[in-house]
Amino acid sequence: MIGFVSYLVFFLILALTFGIAVLGLNLQWGYTGLFNAGVAGFVAVGGYVMAILTGPARPEVLGGFELPFVIGLAGAMLAAGLAAWIIGLMTLRLRHEYLAVATFGIAVTIHLICLNWEYVTGGTLGLIGIPNPVRAFSDSVLMQNVFYLLIVAVAALVAFVALERIVQSPWGRMLKAIREDEEAAASLGKSPARVRLESFVLGCMLMGLCGALYVGFIGYVSPSDFLPIVTFQIWTMLIVGGSANNRGALVGAILVWGVWVGSGFFVSRVVPPEIQAQGGALQAILIGLILVLTLLFRPKGLIGEEVHVSRHAQL
Amino acid sequence: MFMQHFADGILSGAIVALGAIGLSFTMKILRFANFSHSELLTWGGYLALIFLAFAGSFTDLSASKISPFSFGWPMLFAMLGSAAATSLLAVLLHYLVFRRLARTAGHMTLVFASFGIALLLRHLVLLFWGHDPIYYSNELQFAIRIPGGARVMPDQVFLLGLTILVVVFLHLFLTRSRTGIAMRGVAENPELARITGVNVDWIIIWVWVIGASGAAISGVLYGMTVQLRPELGFSLILPLFAAAILGGAGSLYGAVLGGLIVGLSENLSVMVIPSTYKPAVPFLLILVILYFRPDGIFGERK
Repeated sequence: MIGFVSYLVFFLILALTFGIAVLGLNLQWGYTGLFNAGVAGFVAVGGYVMAILTGPARPEVLGGFELPFVIGLAGAMLAAGLAAWIIGLMTLRLRHEYLAVATFGIAVTIHLICLNWEYVTGGTLGLIGIPNPVRAFSDSVLMQNVFYLLIVAVAALVAFVALERIVQSPWGRMLKAIREDEEAAASLGKSPARVRLESFVLGCMLMGLCGALYVGFIGYVSPSDFLPIVTFQIWTMLIVGGSANNRGALVGAILVWGVWVGSGFFVSRVVPPEIQAQGGALQAILIGLILVLTLLFRPKGLIGEEVHVSRHAQL
Repeated sequence: MFMQHFADGILSGAIVALGAIGLSFTMKILRFANFSHSELLTWGGYLALIFLAFAGSFTDLSASKISPFSFGWPMLFAMLGSAAATSLLAVLLHYLVFRRLARTAGHMTLVFASFGIALLLRHLVLLFWGHDPIYYSNELQFAIRIPGGARVMPDQVFLLGLTILVVVFLHLFLTRSRTGIAMRGVAENPELARITGVNVDWIIIWVWVIGASGAAISGVLYGMTVQLRPELGFSLILPLFAAAILGGAGSLYGAVLGGLIVGLSENLSVMVIPSTYKPAVPFLLILVILYFRPDGIFGERK
């Protein structure tokens, strides 16, 4: 029983951590119609900045500022937001698939930087020994994880409530207006370019927060944590849950992460050890199948878009 | 050194060009960015292994080699077989996924689906053939010295020759054959093509066959001159898109020229930046092109 509970806690920590990135992607794609195919890159920026700000000092590598956990989270969000702002200025003029190609390229480039800029990122080895603040609260690993789950749950809840308020505000309706018909929105005196950039930056800050919470939990960061598969996973979570719905984003995160972990468990039990790496491909195949089948048979996801109307509007 | 990088650039550019032709055609005629196109290169390369083994059961592979190349007629047979099988795979995906979605959903849904299919195809290769690099043959070849001090392998000369042959063939197909002319018509204006009696569904099948065949040949040539590995196509996504966007969607010579520019700038970049950052060069090209032409070079502006 304890084994099951501690596994559930572990599972929920990661599922909710990814859920925060899914919420960010939902703001960008679900509400604004921005196709960000570089999610893994922004998660990586958050993760590395967290490691640099809060990690222990080490020779020949930048960082080791040993700053508090919360400062690390804030710094990670700021850095991801800054990266998104610069990249957004360059790419947000682009439409649809060109934006997808450009953001995909950004993730590839960020991954190359993580691999090769050793002074900042530690190269292929990454950065280790990132302190986890919950160690101070208890000696039991289970209790530590329960504390960390609380931190992640609060972060996810704050992000969720804030986004719910945002998308129902006039600014949120403007996002949807731009998504549906940019010319019409512009003709009403709105500035689509600025609003798209704001939405992109805000969404990427949540992806940075996801990266920071992930690194804070596992205690190290390396380029292999932010492979393109992360982008696929987070997209599938959003599509399965239903885009333009924040509850759907969180439900999708838990479901898809459940399938990923469950199939990984299955492979580790059933597939012989000498072909484990090939068996691991089954996990990714399953994610791809879920994405394609959802698009074919349940295009609005499990929970579709909710209708939000201004309380001043008369229907 | 410049000549060597230049020669390498032309050669890798030829591989990118062959792959980009199909991507460019699907972007123009099917009107979506197909992220799974590059996986057709991987599949083409690996499917050739099956045909090569099949040919090898009738004949001694190393005895049939045509010197100075590392391969003989069984490899040419494998290449044709792989092109046919990869075309079949592409048409199957069209019927199972893309055609259904094109009827019911917006075109961005097609892009998502192509994301999922790319993931599926890449990991199926990993599942079937494993992670280790594979070579078609272990035959030795002797490098040829070309003017300027660069060295190239005989197989690489074959690569370039075959690419030119394919492009000339496609040019004749698009300008002389009824199907090719109808295809250009559909690219320009599908509605007009339909009312003048062109069978648009049939043309779309042809687009997939041409794109997948080009991808398969490109994948085989990559396997022949470099190696086969499951990430072959994935690592070419950005070069292929850069070439297709540079050349303008739907343009045969645009895609070829785009491929050469991408190959050359990748290989010449190592003279100025660390070679570990080489994979980012196509991305920088894409940014530059799209900054000046947000809808692509030959795209229509609103």
